[in-house]
Amino acid sequence: MEAPNNQAGPADNPTISSPEGSAPSPVAAALQREHPECVTEIIEALGETTIIVPRELIVTACAFLKTAPGLEFNFLADLCGFDRGPEEEPRFEVNYHLFSTTRHHRVRLKVVLAEDDIYVPTVSTVWRTADWHERETFDLFGVIFDGHPDLRRILLPDDWQGHALRKDFPLRGYEPYSLE
Amino acid sequence: MGLESIIAEALPEVLTTRLDSLINWARKSSLWPATFGLACCAIEMMNATSSRNDLARFGSEVFRASPRQADVMIVSGRVSRKMAPVLRRIYDQMPEPKWVISMGACATSGGVFDNYAIVQGVDKIVPVDVYIPGCPPRPEMLIHAVMMLQEKVMKESIRDRKDAPDEEAREAMTPGTLPVTDGSTQRTGQIVRPQPYTIASKHEKRRSF
Amino acid sequence: MSATLNIPPQFEIVDRPLDTQMTISMGPQHPSTHGVLRLELVLDGEMVVKSTPDIGYLHTGMEKLFEYRKYQQGIVITDRMDYLNPLGNNLAYVMAVEKLLQLEIPERAQTIRVLMCELQRIASHLVWLGTHALDIGAMTVFFYCFREREKILNLIEAASGGRLTPSYFRIGGLMMDLPAGFERRVKQFQDDFLHALGEFHKLVTGNRIFQKRTQGVGYISAEDAIDWGLSGPCLRGSGVELDIRRMNPYTGYENYDFEIVTETDGDVWARYLVRMREMQESHRIVEQALSRLAPGPVKADAPKVVLPDREAMKTHMDALIHHFLIVAEGFDVPAGEVYHPIEASKGELGVYIRSTGGPKPARVHFRGPSFVNLSALPHMSRGAMVADIVAIIGSLDIVLGEIDR
Repeated sequence: MEAPNNQAGPADNPTISSPEGSAPSPVAAALQREHPECVTEIIEALGETTIIVPRELIVTACAFLKTAPGLEFNFLADLCGFDRGPEEEPRFEVNYHLFSTTRHHRVRLKVVLAEDDIYVPTVSTVWRTADWHERETFDLFGVIFDGHPDLRRILLPDDWQGHALRKDFPLRGYEPYSLE
Repeated sequence: MGLESIIAEALPEVLTTRLDSLINWARKSSLWPATFGLACCAIEMMNATSSRNDLARFGSEVFRASPRQADVMIVSGRVSRKMAPVLRRIYDQMPEPKWVISMGACATSGGVFDNYAIVQGVDKIVPVDVYIPGCPPRPEMLIHAVMMLQEKVMKESIRDRKDAPDEEAREAMTPGTLPVTDGSTQRTGQIVRPQPYTIASKHEKRRSF
Repeated sequence: MSATLNIPPQFEIVDRPLDTQMTISMGPQHPSTHGVLRLELVLDGEMVVKSTPDIGYLHTGMEKLFEYRKYQQGIVITDRMDYLNPLGNNLAYVMAVEKLLQLEIPERAQTIRVLMCELQRIASHLVWLGTHALDIGAMTVFFYCFREREKILNLIEAASGGRLTPSYFRIGGLMMDLPAGFERRVKQFQDDFLHALGEFHKLVTGNRIFQKRTQGVGYISAEDAIDWGLSGPCLRGSGVELDIRRMNPYTGYENYDFEIVTETDGDVWARYLVRMREMQESHRIVEQALSRLAPGPVKADAPKVVLPDREAMKTHMDALIHHFLIVAEGFDVPAGEVYHPIEASKGELGVYIRSTGGPKPARVHFRGPSFVNLSALPHMSRGAMVADIVAIIGSLDIVLGEIDR
């Protein structure tokens, strides 16, 4: 299920993986109709819709999903990163969990990033709550959000070296930070 | 603080033992803790002060917010790397005589959290008098610990108690001199690239979980 | 593509001796910050010009620890996250894993889950009330609240063995069934609690000082609240009628009759009223759950995931083998990802679990409601005074364990 990344452009035939005999959800269908270049892949599993979005178009996709009538995803529930492991290519993912307070539906957007090119445009212009979530993802994974007003460490100390939740960061840290 | 040590050096020992019991009785009956509630153990500490298990009847009448007015620091909860210098500073700001109770498994030894973020035992930073196991310990255990500390206080002598050396206390005020961080706060405008600290922690030898 | 770090202006050292503004640091050791929170306040006299929360003083690396523990070992870690609502954390994690495994939970387990969660919600709100009132100056309420809370902690301890860190819910059901006489004790608590709630109202709600300190303070409008991601009583205090128990119901909440409590004022007073009425609604739900309790199994029928009964383990070979394998090796969870939100006492607690097969998760992320609620503090505290900051922090009901994880 590796999606092509860094390629802007219309994706005429996005990969859709869903359980047998079910159509993609209306949210994914609406995004596909209006902005087909934003949809690289749609995954339907366990009752949840995941849309993989190319990283330059994440702000377009988010702005559309927030304002489109019938979709109205005005609540960013969560923004978290994931490290697939140092041998995987692309290595990092950023997941955006959206919720609509009026329609009560949820969707997940996903951006996949390579290790040497971990830049994503910030969505804090779309939802202000993304501010702290993006700082946390930067702190723990090293994902850099372009255009973020104040990107600095939030959970780890300011002079910490390394990004703690990466798979190659050892559980007990490095000397001299590990006192024994 | 310094007065009784001056007196103790001047007087013969038969008198200081009397003075010892009096002073120790006064100290143990009014051990005022400094609020150092960090995590879940802090809630159990609050339970210990509430009406069901009343810590105040043992002398801990008020929890002073300012360390300058406190006798005992009950470190209740996990101490993270970022919090460790703060803990040391608060400890140094407490005037002598001072004691430390390490409440809970996380303060005693790191507890459940054997990882990069938690100091594996607060006794790496401050000297501890009483350790309380438990996760979290029941309020009755905290009361027992306070009683143990009172017994320990009764055994002290004013001849032994010395003021903290001035150099150590003064050094604790200067940022960057504590043994926990190297103080190289990045204030430059460039992106932080992970510099390789390549020496893995000595704990990494442990294989199973 | 490149980006530069912007060091915000308040971190530059500027020497302005004739200025009226002063930057002070409130915390991390402070009696009123409800934990190890540090606020950098830029003050103009007593008025706050800018406030910046500085968190991370309780960062425990829990999310990294989950990746090194089996799924059932992770339940213990979730207790320590929001330590006032540990059963809620347990529930969120356990339900997310059950969603990945697609397990079906028996009826009695679901009812008991609702019962314990609502009792835990009352306990969490009692701590909120005690500490919030203590910060504003009413010390008696603190003792009364903790007295009531002791009763709930005794109930939770009777069921699970732990007062503050119960780990009562397991993947596939509960740890074990309720002890004998539990329903009678809950009924006794129910009768006492309404009387206690009346006492709190008499002490606090009618108190003019409390009202003056909380009305008009820390205002946030409904759209701003949604934009900042607030949830739970903070959102409902601004007039947005949103409760995940009603909108995305889980563990049987669709069968219970309760009201979504909202107030329109959007200030500290409104959030206070919301939480007081929520305690009453939780009381109603506990009553309904008690009446719905029917005998039945409390663990799902999944021998590879759920530990067998001790008696079966001692007499049947396959139960023994399953017990051994579950404890020693864990159970394989199919690859996939799931985001499961629940309505914790502080707001939307969401768990994102990503599994790549195997007995250990690849990523567990907790969306802590206090983390997001605290990020709105600078917005809420514009133009407030230092004493108002204390009231606002109390009304946000933050728990640093959940913020810093």
